[in-house]
Amino acid sequence: MSTPNLHLFVLVVPLLSALAVNLWGRNNRQMIAPLVLGSLAFSVLGSIVVMGNVLRHGTISYTVGNWQPPFGIELIIDPLSAMMMVLISVVALLASFSSLKSAEQELPGREAFFFTLYLILIAGLHGLVLTGDAFNLYVLLEITSITSYGLIAMGRGRAALSSFNYIIMGTIGACFYLLGVGYIYILTGTLNMADIARILPTLNAPVATTTAIAFVLVGLWVKMAFFPLHAWLPNAYSHAPTGAGTMVAPLMTKVTVYLMIRVILNVYTPALVFTHDWVTNGVMWAAAIAIVCGSALALGQKDLRRMLTYIIIAEVGYMVGGVFLANSNGLTGAILHIVNDSLMTLCLFLVVAAIIYRQGSVSLDSLQGIFRRMPITMAAFTLGAFAMIGVPPTCGFFSKWYLILGGIDGGHWEFVIALVVSSLINVILFFRIIELAYFGSLADGEHHEHGSTERHEAPWWMLKPLVITAVLLIVVGFSTGPLINNVISLIIPAGF
Amino acid sequence: MEAVISEIVAKYNYWIYVVLMMIGFYAMIGKRNLVKKLLGMNIFQTAIILFFVSIGVKKGGGIPIVDKYQALAGGVDAATVVNPLPHVLMLTAIVVGVSVTGVALAVLIRIHEEFGTLEEDEILEKLRQ
Amino acid sequence: MTPTLSIWPLIAILVSLLGALPIMLSARQPNLRESWTILIALVKLSIVASLLPGVLKGGSYVFTIAQVLPGVPIELRVDALGMIFALVASFLWLFTSIYSIGYMRALDEHAQTRYFASFAVAISATIGIAFSANLLTMYLFYEMLSLSTYPLVTHHQDAEARASGRKYLTYILGTSIGLALPAMIMTYAAAGTLDFTQGGILAGKASPELLALLLVLFLFGFAKAGLMPFHGWLPAAMVAPTPVSSFLHGVAVVKAGVFAIFRIIFHILGPETLQLAHLGSLITYIAAVTILVASLIALTQDSMKRRLAYSTIGQLAYMVLGAGMLSATGMLGGVMHLAMHAFGKITLFFCAGAIYVASKKKNISQMNGLGKRMPITYLAFFLGSLSIIGMPPLGGFISKWNMLIGAVEGEQLVLIVVLLVSSLLNAAYFFPIVYRGFFAPATDGEGDGIKEAPLFCLIPLSVTALVSLALFFFPDTLVQLARMALGTW
Repeated sequence: MSTPNLHLFVLVVPLLSALAVNLWGRNNRQMIAPLVLGSLAFSVLGSIVVMGNVLRHGTISYTVGNWQPPFGIELIIDPLSAMMMVLISVVALLASFSSLKSAEQELPGREAFFFTLYLILIAGLHGLVLTGDAFNLYVLLEITSITSYGLIAMGRGRAALSSFNYIIMGTIGACFYLLGVGYIYILTGTLNMADIARILPTLNAPVATTTAIAFVLVGLWVKMAFFPLHAWLPNAYSHAPTGAGTMVAPLMTKVTVYLMIRVILNVYTPALVFTHDWVTNGVMWAAAIAIVCGSALALGQKDLRRMLTYIIIAEVGYMVGGVFLANSNGLTGAILHIVNDSLMTLCLFLVVAAIIYRQGSVSLDSLQGIFRRMPITMAAFTLGAFAMIGVPPTCGFFSKWYLILGGIDGGHWEFVIALVVSSLINVILFFRIIELAYFGSLADGEHHEHGSTERHEAPWWMLKPLVITAVLLIVVGFSTGPLINNVISLIIPAGF
Repeated sequence: MEAVISEIVAKYNYWIYVVLMMIGFYAMIGKRNLVKKLLGMNIFQTAIILFFVSIGVKKGGGIPIVDKYQALAGGVDAATVVNPLPHVLMLTAIVVGVSVTGVALAVLIRIHEEFGTLEEDEILEKLRQ
Repeated sequence: MTPTLSIWPLIAILVSLLGALPIMLSARQPNLRESWTILIALVKLSIVASLLPGVLKGGSYVFTIAQVLPGVPIELRVDALGMIFALVASFLWLFTSIYSIGYMRALDEHAQTRYFASFAVAISATIGIAFSANLLTMYLFYEMLSLSTYPLVTHHQDAEARASGRKYLTYILGTSIGLALPAMIMTYAAAGTLDFTQGGILAGKASPELLALLLVLFLFGFAKAGLMPFHGWLPAAMVAPTPVSSFLHGVAVVKAGVFAIFRIIFHILGPETLQLAHLGSLITYIAAVTILVASLIALTQDSMKRRLAYSTIGQLAYMVLGAGMLSATGMLGGVMHLAMHAFGKITLFFCAGAIYVASKKKNISQMNGLGKRMPITYLAFFLGSLSIIGMPPLGGFISKWNMLIGAVEGEQLVLIVVLLVSSLLNAAYFFPIVYRGFFAPATDGEGDGIKEAPLFCLIPLSVTALVSLALFFFPDTLVQLARMALGTW
């Protein structure tokens, strides 16, 4: 199917639906769900078709408005972008089923505004993975960030304050990125990614190039909450409305990791980024510390959602470490982990959303004996937990395999040890919850029954995406081979 | 010493931007009042915008507005006009900056409704209770 | 012979995995649910048995489930070593299921559906371990076994069960993720493959230091084999209902650990490679320490199940010791002991459970004179213990004799002493139980109400005791399979 503009429609349809949701949805609450689900379903189908096209015909380069690059803005759809598009659409669609229910409960009367921001965020994410222009990336980055600031601020209590802190930190990150792009522009005179990659290596300006790389990377690290620039994330994601957390948590940081990979591979080319050993070693140590600290901090949390946000910080450490290993196994592991971690985080956050819908809280105390009340939800939680721990055949195992292999290949034993330690800590974290949910009271002793023991499972709308995601964890695990051979290996540059 | 001073003097505008950025950065991190933080953020962004704009300046360059037919006929000599591209990029950046400021101000109003104050330490005090 | 492509190994695994579904669905009809379990066990045993003739002729059956990693698919292969384990496990599962039905009903236990369903998943995982073609697949099923046995260990859901469950997971998941996983990936990094191959995959590809490191990581990483100091989970797991203890911790879980170590020694690291790096003594010394210490601790245990648990730890180390001798006879003894011990130990556990059902007693000191009231049970116990100690005419004699010959051939005086001393210790902690049962007078004021255990319990324990006896007289198939597994046929 030859559809030259399809990828743009994948972006535009949610954008237009956002407008429609805002205008119609305000008075007509029933319109919101069909609009949201319809537009996201279209995105899913469109991105799958685009992916098929790319795998068959190779990278598509698209000029917007027929202004030719390097002056016009170019969109590049290569296997990595196509895979990300599919991932974003699928995760967004699955999350939106659950978010519709959560928003109904937590933000009655304001769902129209909520979903307007929601859809614009998704359009922005699609744009981020499509763009082939460095400045355009900044604009889209800010679009996604601004909508997420708004989404988070819609929550109760401390949400506005957490959102404000996120605004400050996020803007610092974006400004650093902009500064970096400025340096690149001074050096090369162009903003088109392919052009920059062509010109930069020919220049002899090591200091300026390094500074440009540093600013861009630090800016992206702030945005993806790479330790020690992570402080904004736990508050922002735990105080956000549940519906927002379900979609933002699996996607935002992972797309930012994608951006980092894109910048390293296609803007700077790996040769320039990985020239200095002390830089890569430093980043590897930072990644190892990020992993261990994220996991350790998660141990101290009394609330399931906050615990998950700290685990996100550890997972970001996995991915950054994987990229900076600078070998093919590490990069494969990092890219595979983007997919796997999105799915695992989605599964766990869907569980959180279901539990909050029924109980209003996910503090560890309130989870006692919940296996009896919500067995399907907790079964999905168990699968998500196994994926996080890295039990085969769930997908989480395979990305860990590649990351550890890459660490062994590169001789970065601190990274390998951090990965193993983090898996062990995850065992403790998740089995603590499974034990609570399964056994009942925290204090040793009797069968406490908190609340009723009858089945009060999550509503069907929330259960469906949850079950699908849990099954996907195993399906993607088994399909690791084809995924890597047909998609990811195309992305790894030769000679890596 | 001479070399250093002449370096600083020659690129005085960049040094000013650095100073502005540091002021903005300090305000964002160091100040306790949320509005001051926001203003610091604005100063930081403005410094970067100024930096970009001054990239395009050329010695002896004029304003990049030329006669259409002259340009179509004879082309434009790049050395005579200031580079307009950074200006255009910065228009976008200014828009982004304004949007973020708008959202931040709306969030500040929410915070004020919730806590009654915009001082960070007072808010943390209230949260502790 | 080239391997035959066959889907039967996969079906053998899936029978009980999918069978967990009808078990869960017939929760309200206990008789239907129990008949599902028996039916699945019979089907599984027949499938496994049907694969036996092909294997005895020297062939093998393969099936690839998914190509997940370059050079390491998720793949099944039925070969001689796997056949031994699978036969033992599926045969004993049938009888454990019969025993479970009697036990659980006699005690009117709660959550029986969860129990039978978890058991079904656990036996799937066990057969999966037996039929794995490479280390990754085995690791997958190993983890599946750990996770599916957790609900069984914590069945009683009281404080003790919770604490034991934690210990169980800490030891087993902690070692498999912390030690075995990195070792597995390092092996892949060195060898490029993880397939189980006769003679190992690391010949010439790993330095002696790397080999030693991998060996230690694997020995302790597969903590289900109970090598000290990672043995603590086994006594703790005795809080589970006795059928769980008997099958899982007499047969499936612990044998899975030893099986994994066998695979590592025989088919990943390779006996010749280990021999060249002088690593055999490392294995045997670790095993010898465990044997002696476990046997000594067993002497001090009053709780019947705990004594049996420490005995198991010691016997598992025997198997590792045999394998570590790296000589044909020694390794043969180790592999055969896997089967002999399984039948012997399960008999003992079945008897312990029968005693509990009949008299509610858990401690040996309380069990005076019970032998007169439960003669069949105690006779079976006697036969089982003889097999474990290694006396003729029971099967255990053959395996222990081979190990002794192996030690003599290798002129390893220390091992000869260890083997003899520990046999004495085995006798020291088993014979008193039998003696008390038959010859000690019963404690006053009780004993009238106690009679022989119910039929559902009696039949399995008699069968397994008789098989232990039969294996002495008819060991040929087992010997053939073991020799084929070691490549010395």
